[in-house]
Amino acid sequence: MRRWIARRPHWPLLMAGVFLLGTGWMVWTTSPEQSAEAGRIASPHPGFAAPDFELETLEGERLRLSDLRGEVVVVNLWATWCPPCRAEMPALQELYEKHREDGLVVVAVNATDRDSAEAARRFVAERGLTFPVGLDPQGEASRLYALQAMPSTFVVDREGVVREVLIGGPVSLGTLRSLVTPLLEEGG
Amino acid sequence: MLPVLQVGPMAVQLPGLLVLLGIWLSSVLIGRHAGRHGIDADVLDRLLLIGLAAGVIGARLGYVLQHAAIYFEDVRAVFSLNLTAFAAFEGAVVGILAALIYAQRKSLPLWPTLDALTPGAALFAVFVNLSQWASGDAFGAPTDLPWAMELWGAPRHPAQLYALAASIVILLIVLWLQARQEFAGQLALSWLALASGARLLLEAFRGDSLVLAGLRQAQLLGLLLLMASLAGLHLLARRQGPIGSSGGSGHGATPN
Repeated sequence: MRRWIARRPHWPLLMAGVFLLGTGWMVWTTSPEQSAEAGRIASPHPGFAAPDFELETLEGERLRLSDLRGEVVVVNLWATWCPPCRAEMPALQELYEKHREDGLVVVAVNATDRDSAEAARRFVAERGLTFPVGLDPQGEASRLYALQAMPSTFVVDREGVVREVLIGGPVSLGTLRSLVTPLLEEGG
Repeated sequence: MLPVLQVGPMAVQLPGLLVLLGIWLSSVLIGRHAGRHGIDADVLDRLLLIGLAAGVIGARLGYVLQHAAIYFEDVRAVFSLNLTAFAAFEGAVVGILAALIYAQRKSLPLWPTLDALTPGAALFAVFVNLSQWASGDAFGAPTDLPWAMELWGAPRHPAQLYALAASIVILLIVLWLQARQEFAGQLALSWLALASGARLLLEAFRGDSLVLAGLRQAQLLGLLLLMASLAGLHLLARRQGPIGSSGGSGHGATPN
């Protein structure tokens, strides 16, 4: 094998052939429009449009994700019986207070299909949470966001595109801020 | 796609688990074959450990420094277990530097050391692809071919499975070649050529390529690395003495 690799001009000729084929393949298979494609499809993955949902909040108001276009939105799927969900709520509250002015909204979606609106209401009152908490009695948002573990947190930019997905928790305030700050600076 | 494995009450994050498993099994494989390349398995083991530890610390520090003002206010977050808060490139640089310094101090020979690490790298690639399959990352471009798989809102090329198949074939070639190696650096550069060639080929089916001047960045890098490794193979094959001599430092075809 070594004799073969060391041989001239055979090996350099083979390299030239590989180079031509490789370049040809690269140019043939290029597809610049493809990277823009993802942003139009709704899917709970970075680079895709955030799946839209409409829920009733604890205050009885309608909350639609797409109405928040233009703001950076942190969507947090949670339940009261989930210890890491409870543990990260203070960080979400502090994040909301710190960056509300800059155009950040926290939307906590209670997985009400496996929790209860009453428990959610009590928990939110106890902790003094001020961001909107949506109720999801049919599990619609859980399904759209392919919820597999709680908490799951999705950071959505001002254009409505998912930019970060955090599965599991609790997430620290520092990490959350490091994720949202660059997005808040993207105009607005 | 299976990002979370439910084991009773526990939600195991499968992608991360697969990467850890890959690191462990790769280091076992490297330790087993180190002797073939004339390298002390313990020294190599420590090299990996130092590289990994420095890499993880470097990746977190790199991330923290990019967001210094935020972490200054919340110092505890520096130690948070979150996997998002890592800067991959900075981590790789720090890890490689640390491994290089250690290798230098132990006067490890460059090519035999890289050869000894190669089976581990080839096995690790298999686990990275498995991990990406589980997480749904590195996904394929939309297609209407009959074997398309539904992922992220469209039927797509199962790009992770293409990559997985390629990495398994490459691993088998590496193991086959290791027993037939004729000169130092042959294994490492052959693997690099195969891996970059596979990337050049398979990136075409990805739906998440970064595009640079109309070309897919990963293909460009793949082509460059492929050419560099082929050139390197040629130069090393010519450099190491006349063909038929023992070729240097105790590596080579010594099946055991």
